[in-house]
Amino acid sequence: MESCPSIKNILLLDSEGNRVAVKYYSDEWPNNSVKEAFEKSLFSKTQKTNARTEAEIAMFESHIIVYKFVQDLHFFVTGAENENELILVTVLQGFFDAVGLLLRGTVDKKEALENLDLILLCLDEIVDGGIILETDANVIAGKVASHSIDAAAPLSEQTISQALATAREHLARSLLK
Amino acid sequence: MAQPLVKKDDDRDDEADYSPFLGIEKGAVLQEARVFNDPQLDPRRCSQVITKLLYLLNQGETFTKVEATEVFFAVTKLFQSKDIGLRRMVYVMIKELSPSADEVIIVTSSLMKDMTSKTDMYRANAIRVLCRITDGTLLTQIERYLKQAIVDKNPVVASAALVSGIHLLQTNPEIVKRWSNEVQEAVQSRAALVQFHALALLHQIRQNDRLAVNKLVSSLTKGSVRSPLAQCLLIRYTSQVIRESANNNQAGDRPFYDFLEGCLRHKAEMVIFEAARAITELNGVTSRELTPAITVLQLFLSSSKPVLRFAAVRTLNKVAMTHPMAVTNCNIDMESLISDQNRSIATLAITTLLKTGNESSVDRLMKQITNFMSDIADEFKIVVVEAIRSLCLKFPLKHRSLMNFLSNILREEGGFEYKKAIVDSIVILIRDIPEAKESGLLHLCEFIEDCEFTYLSTQILHFLGIEGPKTSDPSKYIRYIYNRVHLENATVRAGAVSTLAKFGAMVDTLKPRVFVLLRRCLFENDDEVRDRATLYINTLGGDGAVVETGEDVKEFLFGSLDIPLVNLENSLKNYEPSEESFDINSVPKEVKTQPLAEKKAPGKKPTGLGASPAGPPSTVDAYEKLLSSIPEFANFGKLFKSSAPVELTEAETEYAVNVVKHIFDGHVVFQYNCTNTIPEQLLENVTVIVDASEAEEFAEVASKPLRSLPYDSPGQTFVAFEKPEGVPAVGKFSNMLRFIVKEVDPSTGEAEDDGVEDEYQLEELEVVAADYMLKVGVSNFRNAWETMDADCERVDEYGLGPRESLAEAVNAVINLLGMQPCEGTEVVPNNSRSHTCLLSGVYIGNVKVLVRLQFGLDGPKDVAMKLAVRSEDEAVSDAIHEIVASG
Repeated sequence: MESCPSIKNILLLDSEGNRVAVKYYSDEWPNNSVKEAFEKSLFSKTQKTNARTEAEIAMFESHIIVYKFVQDLHFFVTGAENENELILVTVLQGFFDAVGLLLRGTVDKKEALENLDLILLCLDEIVDGGIILETDANVIAGKVASHSIDAAAPLSEQTISQALATAREHLARSLLK
Repeated sequence: MAQPLVKKDDDRDDEADYSPFLGIEKGAVLQEARVFNDPQLDPRRCSQVITKLLYLLNQGETFTKVEATEVFFAVTKLFQSKDIGLRRMVYVMIKELSPSADEVIIVTSSLMKDMTSKTDMYRANAIRVLCRITDGTLLTQIERYLKQAIVDKNPVVASAALVSGIHLLQTNPEIVKRWSNEVQEAVQSRAALVQFHALALLHQIRQNDRLAVNKLVSSLTKGSVRSPLAQCLLIRYTSQVIRESANNNQAGDRPFYDFLEGCLRHKAEMVIFEAARAITELNGVTSRELTPAITVLQLFLSSSKPVLRFAAVRTLNKVAMTHPMAVTNCNIDMESLISDQNRSIATLAITTLLKTGNESSVDRLMKQITNFMSDIADEFKIVVVEAIRSLCLKFPLKHRSLMNFLSNILREEGGFEYKKAIVDSIVILIRDIPEAKESGLLHLCEFIEDCEFTYLSTQILHFLGIEGPKTSDPSKYIRYIYNRVHLENATVRAGAVSTLAKFGAMVDTLKPRVFVLLRRCLFENDDEVRDRATLYINTLGGDGAVVETGEDVKEFLFGSLDIPLVNLENSLKNYEPSEESFDINSVPKEVKTQPLAEKKAPGKKPTGLGASPAGPPSTVDAYEKLLSSIPEFANFGKLFKSSAPVELTEAETEYAVNVVKHIFDGHVVFQYNCTNTIPEQLLENVTVIVDASEAEEFAEVASKPLRSLPYDSPGQTFVAFEKPEGVPAVGKFSNMLRFIVKEVDPSTGEAEDDGVEDEYQLEELEVVAADYMLKVGVSNFRNAWETMDADCERVDEYGLGPRESLAEAVNAVINLLGMQPCEGTEVVPNNSRSHTCLLSGVYIGNVKVLVRLQFGLDGPKDVAMKLAVRSEDEAVSDAIHEIVASG
């Protein structure tokens, strides 16, 4: 296998298997009903497992799926059968932690839906067309958070966590330079 | 504006907890989107509306073309706002809408402005959006900016450009390839992700240039890669390089192995695992090379993280297939995984243990497996069943406990694929382990007593019919079989009747009793079952007495049909009921060439059931059969070689023709495979007129026209030539297809009576020296070479003139001679200035030939070659030199 690691989809479902936010990067699922069927059977296969302290893993319909649950939210990342499992779990962890930062620790379905714009931006910052863009939760959250404020607004008007996120991003940038 | 009603999401309504999207309706949201047109934009409100639109799309809602266009135009208005958060949502929205080409133009200028903005976030996202929606023409306009962006000092911008480049390479490779220099620079970036994206893009740009990939890997493995992801990529590229250079240095140390081994000590687990996996997948990996990789995987087995345990056990499972001994060290860790919470890990651990276990541990393992079989999914159960089958073949003495296990799980709940896997396994064990036969057959009998799958029942009945009569006490199976006649559907009943008849035919003492049972079937409701019973009663004969059954009856019952079923089906369809009864001898035995050309599905597992497990005959056998069935060619002797089909027409022409050259000692037969691709035409009396004026030594002796060539059903016509015996005569032939064409009414499919004669020019065909050479390899070239008489050796040197590369020259000579390269010597290592290539083959007249070719570069491009030939006949050695000299 000499190809670039790729992500087939990222799913965020609630405790009944319904969508909170999903993003598919592969055309293996041609339409919405196929996608929903996949989500449903994946959910029913995994819901009884305990994926709350450590990320879990399953082989499912020739995909490798890593997943992690918190409260009533279920996070999934799907990759190809021969993908390096640890790369997938890095993406999952990045997504999971970034959502945690963006929702300021209150990670549940209600909070996620109320801040759906942040979740969608978060997905947009993690993977682009199947290729991993960023896996560091701080950087991801920083990029998303900095967008939700007016750049011109003075720092004092930002909430503490936004300010933190901005500061974190500046720090991350300066470290990367 | 009329809005279509949208059905509410029921699931959501039922929920007690509050959702900001409760009762959301597409129509209402589309109405709300009008705020995008306000002269005084409210960024917060606009963001909320976009979020709602995205929510709808995310839930699987679709917009009609009109709705999508309307939303798109409204969204473009939002570029007027300076609010960063809103702009960010606008970018996401545009990507989701995937606008059409004429819509893209509207946003192009806004996006291009953002692309050159001072704000990093604008630049990065505008690049991603623009590259997602753009087409080739626009791309040339923005190419300059993209190149700059790749080397932008902001890593987010650089990554955005590089990732977009990876996507664009699929659609506009020629443009992206021009960015190599910038991408190369980005590979040296200090930002981790930029390095990863740059490396991925650079490799994809160069993936077809082996030399360049080789260089890339050599320079990067010296250690300038920081990002774990980039390091994983580098490991993949390195194993690719190792794989492609594997043929050249079988002895000695593997190049880059040290790099892979070094990666096992990397600080990121992702990299450690990637390297370990790469080592286990090396071609012909030695146990010394494996050891360090196995050691790190073993550590992962006891990790607290399920993902790590899974990754490790999955890799070890694969290793166990080829190197079971290397994995035995992990057995203790593996056994503790049998009780792992994660069932996937437990299954993989079990199957690995089954592969590496020894005879004494079988019983203990089986006990552990039985406990957990019930709570894993069917797909895993199949894996376990297959592992148990191979274990049983490895330790035949353990067949009793393993067979018991199989029969127990056969009785439990399960889907078709799972049951089929078990039945297949039992059948294979019965075939391969004679002691297991009787108990295995009884297990199968019990299974069909209560089997819901018709396919499995009939297959088992068929198998019983073959194996049952050969057992010590055939009578005990009769009860099970006859029960099927009472209790099953018609298909199974018919199968059971046939099986009964087989017992009757093979076991003379049972015949009277079988007869009684068959007679009862004469009152069946189902035609097929009743007809079968009647047929068997009549063919078995002897009126139920204990007499021996005739050989021809046995042949009829058990023999295989030597007619292709497709042909039989066609003939039966064409047969019109009349006085004359259907004659099975009239069914053509010729096998159509089309199915032969089909590749066998790779990696197909051997099937346990089915009457004739033999695979399709090889192409040569099929040709030989076909040719010998044609009387005109029957006396040509043994077929020496058949070439691969050579196309004589362009693709997608009216008539598709290819030719196969059949070489005999004194004759050559051209087999023209013709396909008529026009539904409105029927061709009759199809022949190929061959002009052999440029092939002096050939004289046409026979031609077999094709009587009729209907639309889309391939047929063959043949032309035979005589040539001097044993001489590798060569020449050029020009071909003309001649036929009578009749119009066909497409609605009725009937052809008109009158036809017109017509001709169709085909491409030329050549018989070359390589046609007289069979590709036959030798296992040990040196030995073969030494044993040949040195007196028959002919050596000479040739200048091949300027060539593109050494590899190209080597290939040209191999193709010219049509011989089999030995010991992987057809692969020329990069950068080498000289190369030795070993070939072997059998020349016409069944003369073994060995060739040793030594190539050297003479000056920058000129290739010189030394050719040494040894064969069983010096004339043949000379002939080879002649081929090269004239080629």
